[in-house]
Amino acid sequence: MSLRVLVGCKRVIDYAVKIRVRPDKLGVVTDGVKHSMNPFDEIAIEEAVRLKEKKIAKEVVAVSCGPTQAQETIRTALAMGADRGIHVEIPAKEMEKLEPLHVSKILAKLAEQEQAELVIVGKQAIDDDSNATAQMTAALLDWPQATFASKLEKTDGELEVTREVDGGLETIKVKLPAVVSSDLRLNEPRYATLPNIMKAKKKKIAKMKPSDLGVNLASHLEVIEVVDPPTREAGIKVEDVDTLVTKLKDSGRI
Amino acid sequence: QSTLVIAEHDNKTISPITLNAITAARKLGGEVSCLVAGSNCTSVAGEVSKVAGLSKVLVADSESMMGFLPERLTPLILATQNQFKFTHIVAGASALGKSLMPRVAAKLDVSPISDIVEVKAPDTFVRTIYAGNAIMTLKSKDAVKVITVRGTSFEAASVEGGNAETEDVAVGDLPLDISQFVGQELSKSDRPELTAAKTVISGGRGMKSGENFQMLYTLADKLNAAVGASRAAVDAGYVPNDMQVGQTGKIVAPELYIAVGISGAIQHLAGMKDSKTIVAINKDPEAPIFQVADFGLVADLFKAVPEMTEKV
Repeated sequence: MSLRVLVGCKRVIDYAVKIRVRPDKLGVVTDGVKHSMNPFDEIAIEEAVRLKEKKIAKEVVAVSCGPTQAQETIRTALAMGADRGIHVEIPAKEMEKLEPLHVSKILAKLAEQEQAELVIVGKQAIDDDSNATAQMTAALLDWPQATFASKLEKTDGELEVTREVDGGLETIKVKLPAVVSSDLRLNEPRYATLPNIMKAKKKKIAKMKPSDLGVNLASHLEVIEVVDPPTREAGIKVEDVDTLVTKLKDSGRI
Repeated sequence: QSTLVIAEHDNKTISPITLNAITAARKLGGEVSCLVAGSNCTSVAGEVSKVAGLSKVLVADSESMMGFLPERLTPLILATQNQFKFTHIVAGASALGKSLMPRVAAKLDVSPISDIVEVKAPDTFVRTIYAGNAIMTLKSKDAVKVITVRGTSFEAASVEGGNAETEDVAVGDLPLDISQFVGQELSKSDRPELTAAKTVISGGRGMKSGENFQMLYTLADKLNAAVGASRAAVDAGYVPNDMQVGQTGKIVAPELYIAVGISGAIQHLAGMKDSKTIVAINKDPEAPIFQVADFGLVADLFKAVPEMTEKV
């Protein structure tokens, strides 16, 4: 059995950008700010492409929900080796109200339409830090889930997955079709080479709207306020280890 | 208004984060029940019934709960929810809670609320976004709120003084064939657990190798501390990922946090900046870690750490 793999990739503010809270205190500044693919989703794409290289996957489809610029994120996935893309258009001003539950409904519907047998997404997006999309997509499809994966192996009709858990590692087996969320150590994503970037320009990106998939984007959550975190005052520099140990003893910390 | 807390345990004892989750649940108001699902978990149920502030302990003891698979726990929680009609379902934001709760939420067609740090009202919660670089207050419009709780943001509930009644819940038909627990490879250590330790010593890329972490273990043993690491040290392969402190690893808030050879990337700071006292040892005086450190020592860690071990 050769799988069709659906991979979610989210366009987020680049990890190196310093976040600024908007003056209206309802979100963060996104205009004119560098964006890139959510790093955990890069790992998801990489894993899917490796499955294709191992002939375990027959096709890798990259999906992104977002404004027009989300197509750039899909192009990155295509340059990394995904075969085609699906852009689910969400106008920029509605983007902030898009919840993981909505994205999961979109992914679940697409997984059915595309007859995918495996969905891989990053374990969390580095913007809202929710860590929920994989789990919810699996729930909606009634598929098993393998979250926080650091190793995938396909056996007969099953995936054996090593997961990152609090105290170490855990191994589970899930029957296909299944949903996987990628953790940091699953792989190291490749850089897209120039020839592959050129090739990616010829690959197809289908466009659709959430309504085409019958997904309702009604809000379940309302943002009341977004503020800066409390700043921590810098303390003092100490001269040497003796002073440090004395200070810690005086403050009762050791 | 009533809340169900999903207990996390290893069939022998309750995980500390469950006690933090119970405190968060009590802040919501109304009765708080706790679900203990496991295999041969009678002792855990007994332990939980003594926790202060619980009105009921629901017990699902079954072989099929082995490995605490979300595919099996979800239908059990849904059946329990169907029977008792809770307004809130709460768990700790641990690997288990994070894996399980969104699955439950999607089945109830509600938006889960991950990793809350404060309860403002029964429908209003505070959580961090962008690796702790912004703090969001949000209101849930859903009839049932499905929440995970950041352990370090809530005190642990007392394990004494409670006298909750225990009630068995039926384990119905579960999808046993779609997922299977194979095994665990847990890091063995006599040191305290990272998220519960009073003192944490973490090493970064400045440690230069995994072998050099031995230096931190020696100091940790003297201070009864846990040892953590920055993502850079994990990425470099010095130590396993379960030691990672940071937004994508573990969130810690000990009384004393000692950062050794850690520059202080935003994502690391997000995981430790609520520590009461922060010490930074780094040879680069410009390292951002010094901006959050109460006591900064600009020094070669390979000299400073052994000296400190000797003098504490």
